[in-house]
Amino acid sequence: MDICKIIQKTFSMTSKPGTLFDKVWDAHVVRKIEDGPDVFFIDRHFIHEVTSPVAFLGLETRGIKVMFPEHTFATADHNTPTINQHLPVEDPLSANQLKALEQNSAKYGISHWGLGNPKNGIVHVVGPENGITLPGMTIVCGDSHTSTHGAFGAIAFGIGTSEVEMVLSSQCIMQPKPLKMRINVNGVLGKAVTPKDVTLYIISKLTTAGATGYFVEYAGDVFEKMSMEGRMTVCNMSIEMGARGGMIAPDETTFSYINGRELAPKGEAWDKALAYWKTLKTDAGAAFDVEYNFDAADIEPMITYGTNPGMGMGISKSIPKGADLKGGTATYEKSLNYMGFHEEDQMIGKKVDYVFIGSCTNGRIEDFRAFASIVKGRKKADHVTAWVVPGSHIVEQQIKEEGILDILTEAGFLLRQPGCSACLAMNDDKVPAGKYAVSTSNRNFEGRQGPGSRTLLASPLVAAAAAVTGFVTDPRDLM
Amino acid sequence: MAYDKFNILTSTGVPLPIENVDTDQIIPARFLKATKREAFGDNLFRDWRYNADNTPKQDFVLNNPIYSGKILVGGTNFGSGSSREHAAWAIYDYGFRCVVSSFFADIFKNNAINMGILPVQVSPAFLEKIFLAIEADPTTEFIVSLPEQTITISATGEKESFDINGYKKNNLLNGFDDIDYLQAMKSDIATFAAAKAV
Repeated sequence: MDICKIIQKTFSMTSKPGTLFDKVWDAHVVRKIEDGPDVFFIDRHFIHEVTSPVAFLGLETRGIKVMFPEHTFATADHNTPTINQHLPVEDPLSANQLKALEQNSAKYGISHWGLGNPKNGIVHVVGPENGITLPGMTIVCGDSHTSTHGAFGAIAFGIGTSEVEMVLSSQCIMQPKPLKMRINVNGVLGKAVTPKDVTLYIISKLTTAGATGYFVEYAGDVFEKMSMEGRMTVCNMSIEMGARGGMIAPDETTFSYINGRELAPKGEAWDKALAYWKTLKTDAGAAFDVEYNFDAADIEPMITYGTNPGMGMGISKSIPKGADLKGGTATYEKSLNYMGFHEEDQMIGKKVDYVFIGSCTNGRIEDFRAFASIVKGRKKADHVTAWVVPGSHIVEQQIKEEGILDILTEAGFLLRQPGCSACLAMNDDKVPAGKYAVSTSNRNFEGRQGPGSRTLLASPLVAAAAAVTGFVTDPRDLM
Repeated sequence: MAYDKFNILTSTGVPLPIENVDTDQIIPARFLKATKREAFGDNLFRDWRYNADNTPKQDFVLNNPIYSGKILVGGTNFGSGSSREHAAWAIYDYGFRCVVSSFFADIFKNNAINMGILPVQVSPAFLEKIFLAIEADPTTEFIVSLPEQTITISATGEKESFDINGYKKNNLLNGFDDIDYLQAMKSDIATFAAAKAV
C-alpha cells in the first residue's frame, strides 16, 4: 500500500480534521510504545563530519550495518576551510573528521559530497537544492537546524549522535510526539523587512524557550507569499525559540522549486508525488495546542543585542530595560555585560568590526541578491572584515552567473568557498574576543563565533548596511 | 550496548543558577573535533571555566572546591541551542549523572537520557529551594530516586516528583538502550519501509 492510500484510509476512518503535522507524523509511526515514545520512521537522513563519527564507531562496536544506506546523505560542512579548499586541510583534527566521514560513507555505501565535490555545501542548503528534501517526508540530521527542511512541508528536526546511530542502524528513532503550535503572520511586510526579520521578530516575542515541546506550523499570507529560500530561513530558526521544528504547507511555490531538481521525482513518479503533496495541508477546524497571531505591519528590520536569539528588537528601537522583560534580571545583566551594552542604548550607530553573510540560515542565492542590492555602487568600510560565504557550490555558481560576484568585488568584498564558516567558527573564520560581528547566522550565544566574540544577528540587508558603513545602520536609509 | 544503570543517586549538588545555558557554553564548537567519545569533560563549560590563557577563572563554580557532586543544578531552559550530544558527553565525562532544572531544551533532554544522565525537571519554586539549600550548606545532599520519581532535599526532607515516561525509565533502571530495542524489531521496520516506499 502506498503512502497516499495509507493517508486516505486514516482519514476516512477518522472524520476529525487533522493538521499538516499530524498527517505527516502519523504516516511514519512504525510502533507506538505504551507510556513511551513512538518508533518513528525516517525518510531522509543527512550526516556531516562532526556529529557522525561516534555513531559509526557505535555500529562497529556492535557489529551492525547501515539498514538503508540509500536514505542517508553525507556532506562535509561544519569543519571546512572557506578558502583554498583544493589544498589539504591544515588542522589535523578537522582533517581527521573529514577523512572519517569519507571513509565511513565509503564503507557503508552512503553518498558522500566531500570537499571539492561540486554538490558540496552546507547540509541544509544542499538537501533542498538537489531535490532530496521533499514534502511529507521525515528528515533528521545531527544538527539542530535540520528544521530548515520543514519549509517543504516535511517534519524535519535535529537529533543527537545516539539517534544518528539509531537511524543508521534501523532507519528509526524513538520520539515522543511533540505538541502543536501554529504561528500566523498576516498582512504586508514593510520595506527592507525580510524573512529573517520575521523569524527574529517571532522569537523576540516568544523568547528562546517559548516553543520548547512544540512543533510549529507557520501559516498566513506572509508565508504564502514567501519564496522557498525565505521559508527555509524561517523554518531554520524554529529551534531558536526551542521548537523541535517548524513547517509550512507545500504549495505551488514549493512544487515549482522542486520540479526538475536532480534527485526529485520525474515523470510518472512526479505526478504521483504531486497528487500526494497536494493533500498535505491543515484541514479547516483542526486543533492546535497553542496558536499565535502577528501582524506583518508591526515588524521592522531586526537586530539582536544580547546573547540568545530571543534578545532581538526593531533596529530603530533602544535596548529594553531588564525589568520590562520576562525572566531573570541577573541573566539579562550578564548578557548585556558580555555584549558591552547598556539598557536603553540605541543600536543604530554602534561600531561593527566584522560582517558575516552565509550559513544555513541566510546562505542562499536570495540572501546574496539582497546583500548585493545594498553594496552595489558602495564600498566596504575599511575597518570591517567581511566574510561572504555561499551555502553551497551551486549557490556560489549562481552568484557568479548573476553578476553578483562583480558587484561584490567592485565593492571590495572577497567571495569565499562554501561551508558553515563563522556561524559556529569551527574553522579559522573566528571573530576575535571583544569584537562585534553583524551576522546573518542563527545564534548569538557567548563565544559562538569565537571565544569572546559579540554577535548581532540580522538579515542580509542589515549585514550589508553594516558592511558598507562600518556601523549598525538602518538598511532603509540606503535603499 | 548498555550504559550505566540509574536507580537512586544520593549526592551533593553543583549550583549553576544561570538561565538559558546553551550547549555552546556547555562545550564550545571548537572542541567538537574528536572522532571518539573521549575527554570531553576537560572542556565542559570551557570559556566560563578558563581564561584565554587556560588559567582557571576563580569565580566559576567548577573551580570552587567547596562545590562538588554528581548532580548539576542549572537555571531554567537548560541545554538550549545546538543538538550536539557532546554537551551531554561532557557533563557525563566530568562526573555528573543527573541534571536538575526547572525546564530543559528538548534535544538536550533526549541526548542526556540516551546516554544515562537523568534530567530532573522540578518546579521553579523547588529549584529555588535547591539553590538556597546549597547556598546555606554546600554539603547538603539530594536524593534522586528514579523508581519513585522523586528528588528530596535531605536536610529538610522536602520532596518533589518528576516526570519520565515508563519506557525510558525502564531503560535507565536496567541499563537498556534504544538501539537494542530497534534491532529487535527490524523485521517490522523492514515491512513498514516496504509498504511505504514512496
